[in-house]
Formats: sequence, structure tokens, C-alpha cells
Amino acid sequence: METEMKLKAAVVPIPAFALPPVSLRRRATDHAMTALALLTVALVLLPLFAIFAYLVYKGIGSLNLAFLTQTPKPVGEPGGGMANAIVGSMVILAIASGMGVPLGIGAGIFLSEYGRNRYGNIVRFVSDVLNGVPSIVVGIVAYGLVVMRQKHFSAFAGGVALAIMMIPTIARTTEQMLLLVPQATREAAFALGVSRWRTTLSITLRTATSGIITGVMLAFARVAGETAPLLFTAFGNQFWNWKTDQPTAALSLQIFTYAISPYDEWHRQAWAGALVLIMLIVGAVAAVRIAVRHGTLART
Amino acid sequence: MPNQASSRLRFSAPEPEGDRNIAAKVKTRTASLLQGKVSEVPDMIFSGVMWFCGAAVVTLLGLIVYQLVVGSQLSWHAFGWKFFGQSDWNPVSDQYGALPFMFGTIVSSLLALVIAVPLSLGVAVFITEMSPARLRGILSFTTELLAAIPSVVYGLWAIFVLVPILRQYVEPFLAKTLGWTGLFSGAPYGIGMLAAGTILAIMIIPIISSITREVLRVVPQHQREAVLALGSTRWEMIRMGVLRNARAGIVGAIILGLGRALGETMAITMVIGNRPEIAKSLFAPGYTMASVLANEFSEATGDLYLSALIEIGLALFFVTIVVNGLARLMVWSVTRGQPARSVV
Repeated sequence: METEMKLKAAVVPIPAFALPPVSLRRRATDHAMTALALLTVALVLLPLFAIFAYLVYKGIGSLNLAFLTQTPKPVGEPGGGMANAIVGSMVILAIASGMGVPLGIGAGIFLSEYGRNRYGNIVRFVSDVLNGVPSIVVGIVAYGLVVMRQKHFSAFAGGVALAIMMIPTIARTTEQMLLLVPQATREAAFALGVSRWRTTLSITLRTATSGIITGVMLAFARVAGETAPLLFTAFGNQFWNWKTDQPTAALSLQIFTYAISPYDEWHRQAWAGALVLIMLIVGAVAAVRIAVRHGTLART
Repeated sequence: MPNQASSRLRFSAPEPEGDRNIAAKVKTRTASLLQGKVSEVPDMIFSGVMWFCGAAVVTLLGLIVYQLVVGSQLSWHAFGWKFFGQSDWNPVSDQYGALPFMFGTIVSSLLALVIAVPLSLGVAVFITEMSPARLRGILSFTTELLAAIPSVVYGLWAIFVLVPILRQYVEPFLAKTLGWTGLFSGAPYGIGMLAAGTILAIMIIPIISSITREVLRVVPQHQREAVLALGSTRWEMIRMGVLRNARAGIVGAIILGLGRALGETMAITMVIGNRPEIAKSLFAPGYTMASVLANEFSEATGDLYLSALIEIGLALFFVTIVVNGLARLMVWSVTRGQPARSVV
């Protein structure tokens, strides 16, 4: 109430003689630019809605139980699904997270707790550089590191490629989240005689948990739809494969293969695959966000 | 003795660079001295592990460079600098030149920038300066959703929606009105450089607009107020008070978008036509550095072929590193050291 009064008092009507009237040309320019900005917003939102609408429209129609439970059928036979690709994607992502998340969080802890010096700056700069490396180049590197040595494509190689992409993102967000924890919190722990590693793990890291998990999920969502680094690491597979050292199907690879094929049936399945992929990504991110908000993860 | 302990238990937790909080430092140092019973071994192990993680990041970059450089040796020795000046790409006769791919990458990225820059700037200006507060959150969230869509899904949509639209409506129209420039001539296939540039533009809009927004936000409020107080209209305020102050940061945002565009692979591979040609018309099919890797790497027979592909990867890596480094410096110069929030 009081602030409202103050605000009213602050807006003193300016006497008309204080300012020359704004010319018509200037007013017209102002309106035109506002309209133009509004137009750009509409133009940007248009493809977004178009993509989502088309994805749902095309995807829902082709999504059925067979799609989720069967492997691809040979060309010409209707039916079949992407069950092996869905599982393959999950396996590859699990391998990637298993390697990328601990390393990324560790690097983040290093940057925030031990890296306020020249070495830290080097690591910081390098992770920003790594963030900008094109995903297809990461694929080449994983090919050289894993596939060339093992002499065959594998889910593991795909996991390595995706892990390389996850690490810098996770490291930088973890660092930013840890830096948000007040210095006094750490000092309180030290004052109680808690050792430094214990303070970092049980106090600092714990306080920043929800932020770090959000960062991890963003990194996860970013690599979950990646196709380029899997082309010559996981390679793809039309059949079930449970071994991590064999070529493995991935949802994104399957979508790519089907999308550029000349068959209508495969196009239909590509749309269904894309819908499943988006739902998996959004679902994973939403689930973790909700879990964090309700404190189940933060408390354990 | 106490000296030694203090040096070992030295406290060097995060502090804002520049002004070091000496009082707090002394306090914690005394605290750790007073209860000198804590074993230091676990602390050393822990910090060792964390150092290892930090070193791993650097090693990773080293590995990438090593792999690319070693892998491309064969091709480098065979062609030298000529590799980047030749437009012959023939696996049968083992002749490799990267020129058509470099041309495709540069043209598609520039085309994407031409389309994306005005749109993203408009969106950023609208969200930070014009939009009602209630709309602001929703709009920035929705534009950032664009960044969460996987590249392959963009490609899928481009093949079945964008390309037919370009073929039926946009390209005939462009040919009729701007055909005389030579940029829009030839048969309107839909698939080609124009389609690649368009889908690429849609993909980099969220990056450019979100970083531009970040940059506009750090322009001090009193800059706006000062210009308004001189009797300017809102647009004049935006032009003189905001955009002019944020120029370097906006350029940085655009270059960051360029960095993303250069390395983008899947969506482009699906619509550019994949033909190593240098054509003047934007309707013609092309090929990019990333696309040739995506299409030919796993099928490359012969060591020289593979090595030539890896050399293209090395060039792509090098260019994106330079472009990104430049962009970060420019964004930093405006946001004053705070790194721009990375987009999904």
C-alpha cells in the first residue's frame, strides 16, 4: 500500500511544455519496430509449433505395441518396431553416464574447491573448448580410441563418445553450482573440526545437489538425441544385442536410417521413433526435476 | 611445527578473484590449527582424485588433438596444403581435395546466419525490452525448447515438411523475383543448400537469442533511463541505449551461433543433397565437412581415404575452436568475466 503510494508520487506528470511533441515519423518508427519484433517472435515460434505438432500427429498414428516390443522387419514387410534401438540407446546412455557423470562432477569439484589458480583456469578454458568440439569430431576420436583397437563397432565405443561430450558440460555446471554455496557454510564445517574432503562431500556437494542434478540432466538430454558420434562407434544393428562389445542399435541412428530410406513404412516408423526419443528425453528430465523438487534425492 | 600444519591445511576454497577475504582465511586457518587431530591422508587422497578428474579433462583434449593429427598424417604427407585447394574428391583414383566441403560448410553456415541473426535479435530485444513481464518467462522457455530438439528430428522434419514447402512455394517464388542474381536459379528440387541453411537457421536461433538476451540484460538500467529521459521513444532507447552498448556481446553471440552451425551434422546431411559440387545457385545440392564424415567415414576403404576424412575432421575441429574462442572472448568483454550460460 505504502509502496504503491510512493510509486504514484514518483510518476509526476511531466508538464506538456517540457518536451517537444514526438514527431509522427519517430512514433511511426517506434510502432513499426515493435511490430517487427513481434513478427520475429511469431516467425521463430512457428517452426517450433510446426515441429511438435507434426511430430505428435505423425508419431502417434504409427506408435503401437509392436513398435515398442519388436525388432525391425526386413524391407517390404509391414510392422516391426524399434525395441532393440530403444534398449540400445538406454545401454549406450548408461555407459556414457557411468563414465561421464563421475568424471564431470569430479572435475567440477576440482574447479570450484581446488581450482582457483592457474591450473584451474587451464582446466576451465579446456572444458569450454571441449564444449565447442563438433559431435562428429568426437565420433572420429572415439573411433580411433576404441573401435580401431577392438577392431569392431560397439555400444562401449558409443558410450565413450557420448561421455566425452558430457564431461565438459557437467564440469562447468557443477562448478557454478558449488560456487553458489556460501563460503560461511564451508567455514562452519571446518570450525566443527570436519575434514576438508568430508566438508566437500557432505556439506558443499550436498547443498548444491539439486543444481548439479539439473546440470547432469541437461548434459544427458543433450547427448541423448545425438546421432553423429554414434554413426561409427555404436554403428547400429537390426537385431537384439545384449553384448556391449558388439554393434548396437540406437534410437537416433534408427531414425536417421529410416528417414533417408525411400520406404513409406520406414518413414512412418521414423516419426514414431522421433516421438519416443523426445518423450524419453523430456520424461527423463522431468522425472529427475520432480524427484529433486520433492527432496527424495536431496535427502538420501 | 605449526607452520608446517598450516601449510598443509591451507584453505583455498572459492573466493571471488581479486579481493580475497583475508579475515575469513585467518579464521579458518586458526580453526584447522586448533583441532590439529584430523588425519591428512584421506584429504590428500580426495584432493588427488579431484585433481585427477581435472587433469582428465585436459588429457581428453590432448587425446582428441593427438588422434586427429596422427590419423591425418598420411593424407597430409600425400597432399599437403593442396588438400584444401583441390575440389577433386575421388576415392577410386585416391584423389582427395576438401574444397567443395569447405565451400558447403561456409555457405550453409553463412546462409543460416543471414536468416537467423535478424530473427534472434528481434526475439531477444522483444523478450528483454518489450514483452510484458508475464510473457517473458514463457517466451524464453519456448525458444529454448528449440535447442532441446535433437538434430536428427530436425532433419526428419526438414525432409518431410520444410523441403516440400521450399520446393512448391518458396523456391519458385525466389526464382521468379530474384532469379536474375544467379543465386536462385536452376531446378527447384527443395533439397539443397537453401534447405540446409534454413534448417540450420532454425537450429541456431535459440543459441544466438539466449546469449544476446544475457548480454542485453547486463546493460545497466540507467543507460535506458538516461536515453528515455532525453525524450526518446522506446525504439530509440533500445537502439541507442541498449543495442549500442551491447554490440560486442551481440557479435560474440552471433559468432557462437556460427561455431555451432559449422559443426552441425545430421540435419544438414539429411537435406543438403550430399554432392561435392561448388555451385553458385543456392538451389543446387552441396556437401559439408561434417556431412562427408557422417556419410563416408564408416565406409572408407583404404588408409588414404580414411586419413583424408580425418584431416577434414581436424580442419573442422580447428576452425570451430578458433571461432568459439573468439566468440567467448567477445561475450566476456560485455558480461565482464561472467561466462555466458551455456545453452542445452
